[in-house]
Amino acid sequence: MNIKHYVGVVLISSGLIQAPIAVSQVPYERILAAADEPQNWLTYNGGYSSQRYSLLDQVSPANVENLELQWMLQNQVFGAWQSNPIIVDGIMYVTERPNSVMAVDAVTGRVFWKHRHTPAENALVCCGANNRGVAVLGDRVFMGTLDGRLIALDRINGMPLWNVEVGDVNLAYSVTMAPLAVKDKIMVGVGGGEFGIRGYVAAYDAETGEEVWKTYTIPGPGEPNHDSWEGDDWEHGGAPVWITGSFDPELNLTYWGVGNPGPDWNAGQRPGDNLYSDSVIALDADTGELSWYFQFTPNDAYDYDSVQVPVLADIEFNGEATKVMMWANRNGYFYVLDRVTGKFLLGKPYVRVNWSSGLDENGRPIPTPQPEGMPTYPGNQGGTNWYPPSFSPRTGLFYFSAWQDYATIYRPEESEYVPGRAFLGGGFSVLAPVQGAPTIGIGRTNPINNWTDEVGHASLKAMDPQTGEPVWEYDQFDVSDSGMLTTASDLLFTGGREGYFHAIDARNGELLWKVNLGGQIVMAPVTFMVDGVQYISVISGNALATFALRR
Amino acid sequence: MKFIACTLSRTTSLWIITAAFLLLHQSGSAQETGDHQYTSAAIEAGSRVYVQQCALCHGPQGSTVDGIDLRLGEFRNASSDDDLRNVIAMGAAQGRMPAFDLRPEELDGVIAYIRAGFDPEGVAVRVGDPVRGQSLFKGEGACADCHRVGGIGPRTAPDLTEIGAIRTPAALQRALLDPGSALLPINRPVRIVTRDEEVITGRRLNEDTYTVQLIDSEERLRSLVKADLVRYELSETPTHEPTSLSSDEVADLIGYLLSLRGL
Repeated sequence: MNIKHYVGVVLISSGLIQAPIAVSQVPYERILAAADEPQNWLTYNGGYSSQRYSLLDQVSPANVENLELQWMLQNQVFGAWQSNPIIVDGIMYVTERPNSVMAVDAVTGRVFWKHRHTPAENALVCCGANNRGVAVLGDRVFMGTLDGRLIALDRINGMPLWNVEVGDVNLAYSVTMAPLAVKDKIMVGVGGGEFGIRGYVAAYDAETGEEVWKTYTIPGPGEPNHDSWEGDDWEHGGAPVWITGSFDPELNLTYWGVGNPGPDWNAGQRPGDNLYSDSVIALDADTGELSWYFQFTPNDAYDYDSVQVPVLADIEFNGEATKVMMWANRNGYFYVLDRVTGKFLLGKPYVRVNWSSGLDENGRPIPTPQPEGMPTYPGNQGGTNWYPPSFSPRTGLFYFSAWQDYATIYRPEESEYVPGRAFLGGGFSVLAPVQGAPTIGIGRTNPINNWTDEVGHASLKAMDPQTGEPVWEYDQFDVSDSGMLTTASDLLFTGGREGYFHAIDARNGELLWKVNLGGQIVMAPVTFMVDGVQYISVISGNALATFALRR
Repeated sequence: MKFIACTLSRTTSLWIITAAFLLLHQSGSAQETGDHQYTSAAIEAGSRVYVQQCALCHGPQGSTVDGIDLRLGEFRNASSDDDLRNVIAMGAAQGRMPAFDLRPEELDGVIAYIRAGFDPEGVAVRVGDPVRGQSLFKGEGACADCHRVGGIGPRTAPDLTEIGAIRTPAALQRALLDPGSALLPINRPVRIVTRDEEVITGRRLNEDTYTVQLIDSEERLRSLVKADLVRYELSETPTHEPTSLSSDEVADLIGYLLSLRGL
C-alpha cells in the first residue's frame, strides 16, 4: 500500500472527507421562489422583493448568545469591503476590490476559484474601487466592473464566458452594483454621477451578453419630461443607477433608485426638476419601458441620491390590501408608495430635515434652502444611503441605518462639463462643533473616533410603515453604513463603523448579542443553511466572518 | 470646572449648544481678536504688492521656489513676522532673494497676505519670536503645567510636540484667546463614577457605543465599559481660561507653537 492510498483510506473511514458538492442550475424559477429555499441567498437582497428577510429560525433570541465564529476569509485588498455574498447550495460567491470574484466553500471558508478582472487604468469612480457583488443565473455568475463592463463567468470554474461594454470608461461610466437577473436577462445600471454621465439601466441576454434594452434615466429630446432640463444640461446631467433594483413578477416591473443630478451641488446651474434624478423608476422587465416614476428630490442641491433599495411588500395599508414600496430616502424622509402606480401614500421625516419644510399631498417637498454658510440637515451623506434595509413580514416593521444630528455646509460654484472629468459644482464641509475639528468621512480609515458623536451618530430605526414613525430606535456613538438582515425568529442582525456585529430583538430593539469584529461593517449580513446548520455571514473591515451556533 | 451630565446614550442638547456657539462665534471673532491680527485692508493691500513684486519668482501660490511654500508657512530660515520683514527688506540667499524697498504699510501688507494663506478674506494671525515664546510657554503662560513637549511635561492635556504641523496659526490663536471655541470634542474633560464608586477624571482618547478609552488624571490608560458606570459627564468648559498674556506675547507664543513640528 503506497502512502497516498493509505492517507485516503484513513480520511474516508474517519469521515473527514465531505461528499462532493453538486453544483446545480439556478434557473429563473428558483430565484422567483427564493423564499422557498431559505438555505440559499440567491440575489443581492435575498429575493426579488428585497426584504432581506429569511425564513431560517435555528438561531433565535433564546440561543443567539451561543453563536461562535466558524471561519474567516481575509481580503487581500485594502479599502471598504462592500460586497454582498450570494450563496447557492453551499457555495458562496463574493467579490473583492477592485473586480475579483471568489467561489468559497460556505462551510469552511476555503476558496475553490478566484477570477480577477483588472479594470482599465483610466477607470474613474468617485468614492472608492467598490464592488457590491454578483448575480447568479443558470450555471453562470455575473459581475459589473469599474471600467464599465459586464462579465459572465462559469460558475463551476470561474472562467469568463463573455465580457461586454455597458458604458464608456473614457466618459467615467462604471458599474459598482451587483447585477439583477430577471428571466433570461442580466440588468445593471451605471455609476458616474460625479462625472457628468447620462445615466441608464440596461438589460443583457444572459446567454450571449447582447444588449436587449437600455432606458435612460434622463429623457432625451421628444420624450416626456425632457422639459425638466434646460438647454443641453440633460446630456451630462448624471442620474446614475448604482444600487441593485427590485422586481415584482406579477406586475412585470423592475424598480430602480436613481442618483443625483450633476453637477452635484450647484442646482442653479441646471434649472428644472431634472427628471428622473433622485427618483424611483418602474421599468417593464421585458422592454425597459418606463411605467411610472416618483421623484423624491426635485432640482437637488445636496447630493441626495435616491439609490436606496426599493423594498416591496404586500401589506394592509389604511385597511386595504396594498402592494407597497417602502423607502427611507437619503433626503431624510421615509416614504410609502403604491408600487402599481407610483402613487404617494405616506411620507415623514425620520431625522432633522431643514432643506424642506414638509411634503405636499403628492409627496413633493416644499423647499426651504438654507442661507449661504448655514448648515443643511441631513448632510451630504444623507439621513441614510445605499445600505440595504430589511422588512420583516412578522413584525411588519422596516429597519434601516440612519445618520442622526449630521449636517453639511454647501458651497455651490459654477462648473464646466469636461468629458470624463469631475463635475461637482462646488464643495461642502461637514458641520463641526468647533472650527477645524475632525469630521466624519465617507468611510472609516482610523480605529479612533476623534470626531465623536457631536458631528453625527447612528440610529437604527424600526419604522412602522402604517404611521411613518419609528416603533423603536437603537443608537450608536459613531455613524453606521451597515445594512440589515431579519429572520423568522425575530432576530435583526446589523453592524456599524465601530466594528460591532449586533443581534437585536426585531420586536423591541433589545440588544441580545454582540461581538467586536474590529473593522467597519459597511454591508449587510446574510444567512444560509448547509447540512442542517444555519450560518450568518458578515463583512467587517477586511474579513468576512461566518457564525453558527456552538455545537 | 463645570460639568454637565449626559445620559450614556447621549442626547442632542450638547450639540445644539455647541452649534449655536459656533455660529455666534464666527460672527464675533473679528472684534474679539482685534490687535492680534492684521486687518483685512492690510491683507488686501498685500495681495496687490505680492502680485506686482513677489509672484514673478515665488509664483501665484507662493510655492515655486525650492523649499519654500509661502502660503503654507514653510520658509527656509524665517519663522517670525520680524524674520520675514528682515528677509524682504535686506534680501537673503546670497542675493537670490533680492532686497525690496517697500513702505512699512506695504511690508506689513505682504506679511499679512502670506499669514492669511493667500486668502484675501482670510485671517492673518501675527506670529512673533519663537524664542521668547518658548520662555512664555514654560513661564508666565503656564502652558507647561499641563502640556508636554518633546518628552517633557505632564500627559494629561494633549502633547504639543507636533502641534505646529497640525494646527493653523488662527486655530492656535483661538485656543489661547477663546479656548471654549477651540476645544475639540474628543478633548472635553470627562468625569466618571464607576459602579464601585471610583471617581475618574481625564481626557478621552477614543469612544464607541459600549466603551470609552481615556487617560486619567494619574496618566493611566483606562478602558471602561459604559454599562459599569453610574455617571458619565463631559465638561462644557475647557480646562483653562482665556490667556491674560499681551498681544505681543500671544504672537510670540504662537511663533513657538508653530515651530513645534515633531521629530
